[in-house]
Amino acid sequence: MRRWFDACLWVACAVTLVFLVLPLAAIFLRISPVELLRQLGDEAAVDALLVSLETSAIAHVFILVVGTPAAYLLATRSFRGRAWILTLIELPLVLPPAVAGLALLATFGQRGLLGGTLDALGITISFTQAAVVIAVILVASPFYLRQAIASFEAVDPDLPAASRTLGIGPFGTFRRVVLPLARGGLGAGSTLAFARGLGEFGATIMFAGSLQGVTQTLPLMIYAQLDRDFDVALAVGALLVLVSLLILLLAKVSRSWTGSVSSLLIRSARSASS
Amino acid sequence: MDGLRLELAHPLRSFRLELALEVSGEAVAIAGPSGAGKTSVLRTVAGLLRPERGRVALNGQVWLDTGNGVDVPPEERSVGYVFQDYALFPHLTVAENVGFAGRELVGALLERFGISHLARARPGELSGGERQRVALARALARRPKVLLLDEPTAALDAHTRAAVRLELRDLLHEVGIPTLLVTHDFEDAAALATRVGVLVDGRLVQLGEPGELVRAPADPFVASFTGGNLLPGAARPGELGLTEVVLEAGGIVYSTDEAAGRVGAVVQPWDVSVAREAPADSALNHVTAPITALVPAGNRVRVRVGPVTAEVTAASAERLGLRLGEVVVASFKATATRLVPLA
Repeated sequence: MRRWFDACLWVACAVTLVFLVLPLAAIFLRISPVELLRQLGDEAAVDALLVSLETSAIAHVFILVVGTPAAYLLATRSFRGRAWILTLIELPLVLPPAVAGLALLATFGQRGLLGGTLDALGITISFTQAAVVIAVILVASPFYLRQAIASFEAVDPDLPAASRTLGIGPFGTFRRVVLPLARGGLGAGSTLAFARGLGEFGATIMFAGSLQGVTQTLPLMIYAQLDRDFDVALAVGALLVLVSLLILLLAKVSRSWTGSVSSLLIRSARSASS
Repeated sequence: MDGLRLELAHPLRSFRLELALEVSGEAVAIAGPSGAGKTSVLRTVAGLLRPERGRVALNGQVWLDTGNGVDVPPEERSVGYVFQDYALFPHLTVAENVGFAGRELVGALLERFGISHLARARPGELSGGERQRVALARALARRPKVLLLDEPTAALDAHTRAAVRLELRDLLHEVGIPTLLVTHDFEDAAALATRVGVLVDGRLVQLGEPGELVRAPADPFVASFTGGNLLPGAARPGELGLTEVVLEAGGIVYSTDEAAGRVGAVVQPWDVSVAREAPADSALNHVTAPITALVPAGNRVRVRVGPVTAEVTAASAERLGLRLGEVVVASFKATATRLVPLA
């Protein structure tokens, strides 16, 4: 009876693994690595890579610079409506990307909520690189915010309090005590948000379109190349698989860095009570 | 106006914290059960808690006055705060912790607290006693004008506690600044503070020298907190001008205090003697019961006789051959029996 059950568990695990890994392996097995590299030299691929890097980098700076203080406030203050804000922040995580794209058009599009105002100022956003950045921020920022709030909440409130009594103001305390202690979690959230932003497809194609060299990011380029040159699409796909793997490893490393600090604290608490 | 003057009123979970206190160049302990609002008092002085109403002033300089909208932020008050769990920065070394506010005194302080050899260690690698010294050194590094200690010995094991208590007493004497310390341990309060305020449900029920609290507890909590026996009963006037207390546990005790109604008869363990038979001496009160506990404490033994705990020398316990379960007589004088009103 027990052996049967054990066997079932192993079979289920094997099926899961094959199902998840086989498609990824297929990307690399269809053409040789040398050919993959050669295809990456394709002009459309290089353009897409540049667009992706540029928009992701700008969006990421925004997410970190605005998201970090916002997350700190939400993690350390209690006020009415806080629970609602926390829920709203997580909404984009479960929102269908097509709806996110639609929402952005309804906001910044020519006939959108702010469209008239922007038009009067001579600003066009939809189908420009700014649109890509905005779409990426919308879908990727919740990954960072959620993790950042959790990391700030995990800092013992007595530590910033101690810093204040030692004569260090709120900003100095944030910089010297809170940020270093939350660093691991912030790093993990940051890498996950970056990965999500790099892979963004649905909202971008609706709100920014797919213009080569302007708004065509790597995922959009894969889609565009499917009919034209499958091998180029494969090469870009392979590149994104490797980048994703790298990001995942980075997130794990930064999380385990936090883990090592907290396990140190637990160990010290034990030795104190022994 | 020398020293720290403090008045505050603040709602806590199930009661209001209300107290007024003056501390000159001495150490005052705030003692009481957990959840009585002790830490809130320290946090108010440090500026970490803004009470509903309150005033905090040091040497005439106002740090908080809710009536006039004054609330100096913690970094501009001059307090040295030692947190209950020490709140050392885990990502910094001992030297960096002590020098967090400024590196000027670091060497001298590490030396003073005998922790120079730990300068490069992180808090996670230290023992409880070592961490306490780091926390004290860090709190003093900014030359504070007030010292706040939250349960300074609670995180230590019993063995370390006695030694640390002596060190702390020397230190408080040495720094000579107004010190407010919070503890739930009467021995800490008595050893470290010149005056002890007992805080119960947000109110100071008694404020006095430690000996005063032992001799004349104003409240049942004060009596049990200082280690005295508390025997509840009904008081009524008795013969010869004494008060007679019919104990709820059975039996009668006499006291020279005047009281009526429901009271607690308080007697200190060292005022209770133990014998095999009721002695023919001046003690009026006798409790005859089996021994339910025998706990050695150094050269003394605490003997639990029915509802009463007596403290006798180890030699007496030996001579009497006290054994668990044996019926003995605990005796104490009516003059050593204090009566406190019970709710």
